[in-house]
Amino acid sequence: MKPFVVEKAQLGDLIDALSKEYEVFGPAQTDKGYYDWQRLDGDRLPEFNNGVTKSSIKTFFFPQPEVLFEFKARANEPDAFRLKEPQCDSATTLLFGVRPCDARSVTLNSMPYANDPYFQKRVSDTVIIGLLCSEGCSTCFCKWIGGSPTGKEGMDVAAIELDDVFFLEPISEKGQQILENVAPVRSPLEKEHEAAEHFLEKAKAQEGTQDTASTLRSKELMHLYEAGFWKQVSEPCINCGTCTFLCPTCYCFDIQDETLRGKGRRIRYWDSCMFPLFTQHASGHNPRGDKLKRVRNRFMHKLKYFPDRFGPVSCVGCGRCVRDCPVNIDIRQVLRTMLEL
Amino acid sequence: MNPYLPYQAVIDDIVVETEDGNLKTFRIVLENEREREKWNHTPGQFAMLSIAGKGEIPIGIASSPTEKGHLLFTVNRAGVVTTALHKMNVGDPIGVRGPLGNGFPVDSKLKGKNIVIIAGGFAFTTLRATLIYMLEHREDYGKITVIYGARTPGMLLYKEELKEWEARDDLDVYITVDREAPGWNGLVGFVPTIAGQVKPSPENGAALICGPPIMIKFTMPPLEEVGWKDSQVYLSLENRMKCGIGICGHCNVGPVYVCNDGPVFTREEVQRLPVEF
Repeated sequence: MKPFVVEKAQLGDLIDALSKEYEVFGPAQTDKGYYDWQRLDGDRLPEFNNGVTKSSIKTFFFPQPEVLFEFKARANEPDAFRLKEPQCDSATTLLFGVRPCDARSVTLNSMPYANDPYFQKRVSDTVIIGLLCSEGCSTCFCKWIGGSPTGKEGMDVAAIELDDVFFLEPISEKGQQILENVAPVRSPLEKEHEAAEHFLEKAKAQEGTQDTASTLRSKELMHLYEAGFWKQVSEPCINCGTCTFLCPTCYCFDIQDETLRGKGRRIRYWDSCMFPLFTQHASGHNPRGDKLKRVRNRFMHKLKYFPDRFGPVSCVGCGRCVRDCPVNIDIRQVLRTMLEL
Repeated sequence: MNPYLPYQAVIDDIVVETEDGNLKTFRIVLENEREREKWNHTPGQFAMLSIAGKGEIPIGIASSPTEKGHLLFTVNRAGVVTTALHKMNVGDPIGVRGPLGNGFPVDSKLKGKNIVIIAGGFAFTTLRATLIYMLEHREDYGKITVIYGARTPGMLLYKEELKEWEARDDLDVYITVDREAPGWNGLVGFVPTIAGQVKPSPENGAALICGPPIMIKFTMPPLEEVGWKDSQVYLSLENRMKCGIGICGHCNVGPVYVCNDGPVFTREEVQRLPVEF
């Protein structure tokens, strides 16, 4: 596909042009003091620090709450208590500056959500312009679990930040269409092509070759489950749920009905297996009433059950859980231990 | 096709099954004629009963697919949604999402086998569906034995049908209660004890066992003593569910989702899973 470039000085114009057709979001410093996804326009530009945003992009595919159905909740109304799908909001979204780890998470989440019409609609209504990484931060580890700092999985366009321009390589038909029809992009110069090549080569040299997913798949399930080290891993956990909320590939949800003044809706929103109520039966019996069981289940799901079922590991190595876990539980250590068992 | 959207249905009849009033059987009829005719399920499958404004509950389908035109669900009053359901009346609207899960392999692995159905308490529901299906296809199965027990005579489900089944000569029925009770002339003893007395032969046999975990735990030794293997025993597991289609994460037992890979598993499969149910 034909690549383009955009001058850094004209980035604002590009965002402006894209905003005519899409709701554009990009990473920027928030007024809360951290770096996260913000609505962009010609004046509000994305900021590309090294590193991932506070939260992942799952909120764009899997919003909280997501209305599954609406219904009338007064018994005497016609159609009372009949569930109806909500009116489609047809806004299309464009995410500018998605790191390879986050882009890959959309592909991974699509596997369990293959038959989920709500999720799939958002995937087809969203454009991802990714930004490849020149170096990782101290907490990220995409190379260990099937990803790469220059990975393009899940992207419509892959961007590389060069000295004066952003090199834009379309990955999907959608991406090609957008670049061909927007100003102010132009064809790359010879030296810009070379700079992009050089960037990719340098990054490739850092890549790991370990096929972590197949090593984990080959391990015997109960051997991992009954290992002694889970006690030490889970002991400091306070079941706060931070890991599950920030993780791009944690996708569990709860469904609840709400009614207010005669109107009702059935919504879903993120749930966390870190909370005891996650598995509690109405009788009071709780199969994972122990904290150790909950912590072990989360890691086993992401690093063993998911790859056994779908192939890849349910983790993109973004490092958010490593950075923000209040008790410093490190999934990299858990992974290393499991690989050596 | 939206897998979260229930079929619109209505409550057609309500029967109180137990003396404490906590178990009711709801007869539910799908509103749309085409959906009603297209509905087909395998005994052992369940459906989500949906009450708009309260939520959904996964309930085993107590009726056989051969009982056309309606669905039966026997529901225990336990939490928010079941309490709301118990307060509903004939004629009230309700949603049904299903059939979900895998069901018992009545058309494959169980065909030609000698079937032993063992149930305790109100776990008998999907086994009623299975038994009626098998009786409708009687030549497809060998000997059929039913061992069913409850705490007291008043807590037995489907009392009228139990009498009909006891009267038939093409199946052996053993109904028991935990303790002696006034007016009760049948067997007395826990289900595992009765299983130990009946000693069903494992020869070309398949056992379908549903009940509280403790009942299953104590029923296995008398069966193993007469030679039953774990691969011949089918269990139906339960867990907290939300989506019912293997996505939301609540019902997993290790790598399997009870709602989608189950709820029916052989004991051999269950022995290889973590005990998280």
